[in-house]
Amino acid sequence: MSEKKILLELDSVSKFFGNIIALRDISMQVRAGEVMCLLGDNGAGKSTLIKILAGVHQHDRGEYRVEGQGVRFDSPRDALDRGIAAVYQDLALVPMMSIARNFFLGSEPTLGWGPLRRFDLIKAARVAKEELAKMGIDVRDTSQPVGTMSGGERQCVAIARAVYFGANVLILDEPTSALGVKEAGVVMRYIAQTRSRGLGVVFITHNPHHAYTIGDRFTILNRGQSYGTFGKDEITREDMVTMMAGGEELKAIEQEIAEIESEANAAGE
Amino acid sequence: MVSNQHGEDERLRTIGLVRSLLSRPALGAAGGAIVIWTIFAIVASDRGFVSLQGTATYLEVAAELGILAIAVALLMIGGEFDLSIGSMIGLTGMAMTILSVNLGLSIPIAMVLSLAIALGLGFLNGYMVVRTGLPSFIVTLGSLFILRGLTIGTTRLLTGRTQLGGLDEASGYGVMSAIFASDISISGVEFPISILWWVAITAFGTFVLLKSRVGNWIFSIGGDVNSARMMGVPVRRVKIALFMTTAAAAWLVAMIQAISFTGADVLRGEQREFYAIIAAVIGGTLLTGGYGSLIGAALGALIFGMVRQGIVFAGVDADWFQVALGSMLVMAVLVNSVIRRKAAETKR
Ligand SMILES: Nc1ncnc2c1ncn2[C@@H]1O[C@H](COP(=O)(O)OP(=O)(O)OP(=O)(O)O)[C@@H](O)[C@H]1O
Ligand SMILES: [Mg+2]
Repeated sequence: MSEKKILLELDSVSKFFGNIIALRDISMQVRAGEVMCLLGDNGAGKSTLIKILAGVHQHDRGEYRVEGQGVRFDSPRDALDRGIAAVYQDLALVPMMSIARNFFLGSEPTLGWGPLRRFDLIKAARVAKEELAKMGIDVRDTSQPVGTMSGGERQCVAIARAVYFGANVLILDEPTSALGVKEAGVVMRYIAQTRSRGLGVVFITHNPHHAYTIGDRFTILNRGQSYGTFGKDEITREDMVTMMAGGEELKAIEQEIAEIESEANAAGE
Repeated sequence: MVSNQHGEDERLRTIGLVRSLLSRPALGAAGGAIVIWTIFAIVASDRGFVSLQGTATYLEVAAELGILAIAVALLMIGGEFDLSIGSMIGLTGMAMTILSVNLGLSIPIAMVLSLAIALGLGFLNGYMVVRTGLPSFIVTLGSLFILRGLTIGTTRLLTGRTQLGGLDEASGYGVMSAIFASDISISGVEFPISILWWVAITAFGTFVLLKSRVGNWIFSIGGDVNSARMMGVPVRRVKIALFMTTAAAAWLVAMIQAISFTGADVLRGEQREFYAIIAAVIGGTLLTGGYGSLIGAALGALIFGMVRQGIVFAGVDADWFQVALGSMLVMAVLVNSVIRRKAAETKR
C-alpha cells in the first residue's frame, strides 16, 4: 500500500483565523489510486483543511507539497492547474440547464472560427454521456435539465466533470451527507471507479459507515488536531467512531441510551 | 435513448413531459399567436385584418417592439432588467437629430456618435449593477427618469423646443433612409424594412443564445450566478455586455423612427421598456432569469402587434388594448410559473 505514489502531502500544517486555531500540526498524505477519508465532528477543521488543499485558504505554518514540491496556492485556479479539484456541496451546477451544457460550463468546446465560432453541443452531449457511462451511470438524454436528476446523479455529474477536466486529486466535501442510502451508494460506487482510474481521492464525511466502506486510509480530526492516519487494517469501525466523537463522551451517551432503552422496554412489558 | 430496463413507467413519463415543455419555452407563445390571429381573422376579416395591408400594419408594430424584446429577453435570461430603454430611444433619437440638423453633421456620423452614447450609457447601467450589487430593476428605474429628464432638459436648452424635424434635409439621408426606413413592396402593399431587421436580429440572437459559448454563460448567470462564477464564467463582463445590447437595440429603434418621421421628439419611446418585458414574458422568458427563448420573444412582439392593431380593425375603442395587454401578461406569468416550478423541482 505504501508503494503508491504520493500526490499531496501536508507536513505539520497549521491554520489560524485570528485567535482561533482551526488546524494545528496536521500531517497527512494523499496517494494515487487511494481514497483518503477525512473524518471528524462538526467544527473539527475538515472543511478548513480541504480549502487549504484546494487553494481557497493558505496555511500559516508547516509545508504543503504537491508531488514533492512545496506549494502555496493563491486561488482555486492555481490548484486546478496542478490537477487538484474540489467538489463542494452546492456542486456548482445550474438546475435549469441541461446536463451537457452544465458539464462544459465555462470550458465550452467550440467549432469553427471568428464570428462563426460556436459551442459544439454535439461533442458536449457525446462526452457528457460517455464520461457518465464510464462511471456506470446511464443518462437517458443529456439535454435533460440537471434539476430533474436525483441528488446522487447530480453529485456524479459534478464529479465526472472534475475528472474529465484533468483532476488527478479529487476532493469531495461531504458528497453523501445529504443523500439517502441508495443515492449514497451510487456516489460511493462512483468514487471507487475514480480510484481505480488512478486518481487520489479525499473524501470528507461525518458518516463512519460510508468512510469504512470506501476508504483506504483514514485521517481523524478532532478540534483542529489530528489523531493520525490509519490504514484500513489498523483501525476498526468502532475505534473510528470513538475517536471522531472525542472518545469518552460517546461511551457515556451509549450508557445513557442503554438505560433509556431498558426503561422503555420495562415500561412496554 | 430511454433504456427500458427501468421498470418505472410513471417516472419516465413525467420526466418526458416536463422535459418537452422545458425545451420549448416558445410553445405557449406560438399557440397564443395562432389563437389571436384566428380570433381577429373571424371578428375583423371584413375590415381587412387578414389582408396584406392589415398584415403589414401589425407587422410594423411587432417589428419595432420585437427588436427591443429580443435584447430585453437576452438580458432577462441573464437575470436582469432594463427599464431605461424607452428613455434611451428618446435620448438617442434626439441626440442624432440635434447632431445632424443643428450641428450639421452628416446623418451616418450622427448615428455612429449616438450609438457610442447608447453603448456608453448601457455600459454605465451594467457597471452600476455589477459594482453595487443593487437590483437592476432599481438602478435602471433611476436611469429611466435620469435619461428622460436629460433629454428634455438638454433639448430645451439647446433648441428651445421638444420636437425637431428636418432630418430629410441633412446629408446622407437618402442612403440611411434606404437602410432603416424604406418599404418593400409585395403585390402593391408596402412592408417596412424594419421587419427584416426584426427577423435578422431574432435569428442572430437565437444563434448567440443557443449555439455560442456566450449563450451558455447567459443561461448560467441567470440560472445560478454562484455556480457560473465558480465555473469561471466572466459574470460581470457578460452582464455589462447585455446592458450594452439593450441600449444598442433602443438605439436601432430610435434610428428607424427618427429617419422615418424625419425628426425626433423628446418623449419618444415612452413605456417601451414595459412593452418589451411583456413581449419577452409572453414569449416564455422567466422573470427570475435562466430560462427563455428569443423566438418566443419575437412571437410575443407579434402577439402585441396583432392585438394592438386587431382591436382597431375590429372597431373596438383602442382604450381596451391596455386591458387585453395586462390580461395576457398575467396569464403568461401564470403559465411560466408552473413551468418554472417543474424546472426547479429537484428529486431526491
Ligand atoms: N473563515 C473563518 N473565520 C474564522 N473561523 C473559521 C473560519 N472558517 C472556519 N472557522 C473555524 O474553524 C473551525 C473549523 O471549521 P471547519 O469548517 O473546518 O469545520 P468542519 O470540520 O468542516 O465542520 P463541519 O463538519 O461542521 O463542516 C471552526 O471552529 C470554525 O468556526
Ligand atoms: Mg465542513
